[in-house]
Amino acid sequence: MKRTKIVKAVLAVSALVPAALLVAGIFTDDLGANPIEYITHQTGWFALLFLFASLAVTPVRRVTHWHEIIRYRRMLGLFAFFYATLHFLTWFVFDHTLDVASMLEDVFKRPYITIGMAAFLMMLPLAVTSNAAMIRRLGRRWQLLHRLAYAAAVGGVVHFWWLVKADIREPQRWAVVLTALLGVRAWWTFKARLLPRS
Amino acid sequence: MLIKTGDDIHSSEITPKALYLRRREFIQGMAGSAVAAAAALAPSAVGRAAAQTGQKLPNVRKSPLSTDEKLNDYEDVTTYNNFYEFGTSKDDPAMNAKSFKPRPWKLAIEGHVARPAAYDLDEFIKPFALEERIYRLRCVEAWSMVIPWVGIPLADVIKRVEPTSKAKYVEFVSLMDPVRMPGQRADVLPWPYVEGLRMDEATHPLTILAVGVYGEVLPNQNGAPIRLVVPWKYGFKGIKSIVKLRFVDYQPRNTWQLQTPNEYGFYANVNPEVDHPRWSQARERRIGEFFKRKTLMFNGYADQVASLYTGLDLRKNF
Repeated sequence: MKRTKIVKAVLAVSALVPAALLVAGIFTDDLGANPIEYITHQTGWFALLFLFASLAVTPVRRVTHWHEIIRYRRMLGLFAFFYATLHFLTWFVFDHTLDVASMLEDVFKRPYITIGMAAFLMMLPLAVTSNAAMIRRLGRRWQLLHRLAYAAAVGGVVHFWWLVKADIREPQRWAVVLTALLGVRAWWTFKARLLPRS
Repeated sequence: MLIKTGDDIHSSEITPKALYLRRREFIQGMAGSAVAAAAALAPSAVGRAAAQTGQKLPNVRKSPLSTDEKLNDYEDVTTYNNFYEFGTSKDDPAMNAKSFKPRPWKLAIEGHVARPAAYDLDEFIKPFALEERIYRLRCVEAWSMVIPWVGIPLADVIKRVEPTSKAKYVEFVSLMDPVRMPGQRADVLPWPYVEGLRMDEATHPLTILAVGVYGEVLPNQNGAPIRLVVPWKYGFKGIKSIVKLRFVDYQPRNTWQLQTPNEYGFYANVNPEVDHPRWSQARERRIGEFFKRKTLMFNGYADQVASLYTGLDLRKNF
């Protein structure tokens, strides 16, 4: 359908803007005093944003009956993975200079990194199975597998919460939104399964 | 792996500040546009704000205690700040401290001293000779800078106020004023900010009260009008906008220790072998470099200060 294609194109271009701005900022030396930290924070932030956007699709669809929105969920999820990958690579290259042993030490020793890495690894199978062939092959199990997105989002928020020094206001806000996104699902499931149908 | 250590940079390679501040003019001049002329007349917002607070300080002596490492840019030093009184993001202080008025300023000397009193800051500073001290600054967040402070040795100040034998520690208190310091309206930290030093740390020749940076009056976002600099300790010991020095017989409870006692202690000596409970302190990112470098014991000041801590368990007294 033509309209879907246009929306997808606009969405993809918009989703690449933050990455493009980072690349431009590197060349114009405009990312502040600590560009690596800035890139790390920005890519992490956008990974969370797109992950949350993908989790918002179902509730939005159900409340607004705008069913077409489901066609954009895969792209949102893939952009979450894209930014999470950039986030991971920035850290691996610049904080650990590609030293796997040093990276693994951090992963196993530092709880906020353990959970961040876990969240990233959970997104990996989701990205790999994000195509029609996989959806057909996995059938019902595909849906089950993709519930890992919930866990990845929880992991992402906890990762953020555990790394801030004292000002937890921003991770708190993410946690509130996540609670709403997951809470509404829990409520609908509860209603559907346990409450008598009217 | 190519890791720039910075050890091979000579002071001759340091860009003089005057040239550095004109870099935009230079770049725009290369573009060859007419805009360049206008840009030269109207420097960037950062440059202008600095010019207002940044009056040139007279008669500043050089010090043999300075490092000859490459200085961090003036812009980095004045736009990348941890100063929660003006917000918790690194760029908050430069924006939110713009209208802060650090004059007139009273400095109170209290506790076990011969003559407790409140002084006008400028009167108080006048008798002391200003010195430039180029120090490494290592933040507890694992980044570092090299900053040319201008200040006075705290030891000289202490000598002048004549502490009694009961004075074992100095407690420092920051300004408490949520109207002028908007960050204090959020209780991210217990306000006002408090710090402390043992008497021998306070009187150590490396410890200074800074009133300037880059030869100019201290910008608001760096802790105007007067702040503490203790180069072998993590940056959070460098309390800013000080209104009170209290000479006490107990170990003061400093703000970050009050906030999270298992992560931040009283001593806060830079130590690559004692990690923060959540992250490693073995390496740091020098602002201006991309890869991390090794953190040095006592931030590279071990020769001068290690003897202060003989017999002290640095793992317990972090």
